[in-house]
Amino acid sequence: MSNKLIDLQHISKAFDGQLVLDDLNLYIRENEFLTLLGPSGCGKTTTLRILGGFEQPDKGKVIFDGKDITDLAPNKRQLNTVFQKYALFTHMNVADNIAFGLRIRKKSEDYIRDKIKYALKLVNLEGFENRMPDSLSGGQQQRIAIARAIVNEPKVLLLDEPLGALDLKLRKDMQYELIRLKNELGITFIYVTHDQEEALTMSDTIVVMNQGYIQQIGTPEDIYNEPQNAFVADFIGDSNIVGGTMVRDKLVEILGVRFACVDTGFGVNKPVDAVIRPEDLELYALPKGAEKGSPEYDKVSSKAYELNPGYFEGVVTDLIFKGVHYEMDVEANGYTWLVHSTKMFPVGTHVLMNLDPFNIQIMNKPESEDEQAVTLNEM
Amino acid sequence: MKKKHNALLSGPYLVWTAAFIVIPLILIVYYGFTDENHHLTLSNIAKITDPVTLKALFLSLLLSAMATVICLILAYPLAMILARMKNGASAIITTVFIIPMWMNSLLRIFAWQTLLERNGVINQVLSFLHLPPQHLINTPAAIALGMIYDYLPFMLLPLYNALTKLDWNVVNAAYDLGANRRQTFFKVIIPLTMPGIVSGITMVFVPALTTFVISDFLGGSKVLLIGNIIDQQFTQVGNWNAGSGLSLVLMIFILISMAVMQHYESDDEGVSSIL
Repeated sequence: MSNKLIDLQHISKAFDGQLVLDDLNLYIRENEFLTLLGPSGCGKTTTLRILGGFEQPDKGKVIFDGKDITDLAPNKRQLNTVFQKYALFTHMNVADNIAFGLRIRKKSEDYIRDKIKYALKLVNLEGFENRMPDSLSGGQQQRIAIARAIVNEPKVLLLDEPLGALDLKLRKDMQYELIRLKNELGITFIYVTHDQEEALTMSDTIVVMNQGYIQQIGTPEDIYNEPQNAFVADFIGDSNIVGGTMVRDKLVEILGVRFACVDTGFGVNKPVDAVIRPEDLELYALPKGAEKGSPEYDKVSSKAYELNPGYFEGVVTDLIFKGVHYEMDVEANGYTWLVHSTKMFPVGTHVLMNLDPFNIQIMNKPESEDEQAVTLNEM
Repeated sequence: MKKKHNALLSGPYLVWTAAFIVIPLILIVYYGFTDENHHLTLSNIAKITDPVTLKALFLSLLLSAMATVICLILAYPLAMILARMKNGASAIITTVFIIPMWMNSLLRIFAWQTLLERNGVINQVLSFLHLPPQHLINTPAAIALGMIYDYLPFMLLPLYNALTKLDWNVVNAAYDLGANRRQTFFKVIIPLTMPGIVSGITMVFVPALTTFVISDFLGGSKVLLIGNIIDQQFTQVGNWNAGSGLSLVLMIFILISMAVMQHYESDDEGVSSIL
């Protein structure tokens, strides 16, 4: 997991004067499952196509295993691609599809037959040799496309939204299949998707991209728990992003209420953004008609106080059952909070709302108006 | 209820099919197998073995096959370029290539006649340059040229259609799997556009094989194609029986070539719909 297998250096690419990638720098290690994640038009597919050799960067270099392959044709690269819509050869049966790369390399027919068998077993489609691609389901076609790529024993497999055309259930199954495949083959996977859940499930490393820039690189846990900016926080899962002031280290004021937090180093009285995940908010129901200062109110508030010396008071305004949890809107301090909870609080319930200091993620405010605008547009 | 409705709608087409396709075909078969006295005979069919007729048939097969192959070689690269172009530009250029189709075919062939004639435009230019005049008109080559010029759009359109439908990611997949441009072209692009190739070949070969106008204008009475022989039987000799018999023989040749083409056809579009 340590060697730099691929190194993208200062890659820029424009289409019709529109900058798609702007000075992108990224390295990919051996045996890594790396996901390029972002909304459409963020440059993730272009990055993959540059790796595959289907696009030439305007500026920058692609280093593969220590060699500059920027100008190398796709058929000379030691990597294979699984395309978005499978791109199978519809005039050939499954066996001939899988054998395509091997026949080009003039492997013996015995070797090819063994390889086809092995690859079909790997993707759980044994006995499909003589089927035509048209007669297969989307999921099966995608497995054949993967089999066709891996028989060539590439060092890197590039996957361009390979599960995009499949239904939810199949997509979930294929996610596990891909992880298993990656572990069995022991090669590097570079995966492109706009589906954050897919990225979190499968990746060792996630590269969040937007507008041709890398927003954040990290493990799924890093990306989810410690987003570096509002774009990442919003793109990865649901979140509440609110403006606040860092009063001093480990104390933040959000919408007029002071909360303990764990972040340091932002300075004194600095404006910041706070990211709060909906599942991290704890709700405490107030008994009906409990006035502030009444014993019933104090009983609930002291409980809330145990979690964090500071809490919001609000009203549940919307409630949806989502299966595993309830999704609620809570109006508090002039902001509509998104809350996920396994407990149900009916619409109209007066609640106190609090959270563990550990679950407040503080981010620097975007420095320029421009950057803010970009971020908001993407949402 | 719905069925009745459908039958009512298809009525006019059935009448059309019967009046203009089935009945004429039956008449041709009838004339082909009978003599002037309405006696059953195979002599009309046997007329194909007449040396002049046989020579015309072979020349027709040769020239139309040649014209078809040259049309394919000319049209395929052009169709590829057009299919890979941005929408607006390719539409304009495709239209330019199709415009001749909108003009009267006689006019187009007549234009070639004036170009190729003994005292035609080409020979005038040659004599102006003090070069010896060339014998161009009334040669098989002139006829092949006329066929290629006349039928090129019919080759181009189906190829263009097939190539625009081609998913370019499939081509990229071939490169990705190690194929070079040549291998990709012959192993992937050609097989995947086979329906277009087969349609194009059919659209060029069949009319070229049966034409008598092109050979009339560009072959004079010196070079006869099977179409001219059949034409003569009807219009000059007045022997409808012989003309019908030879037409039937020609149909057999077309059916055979279509069957061969269908062998290479994987999709249900194109030839299978013609057969």
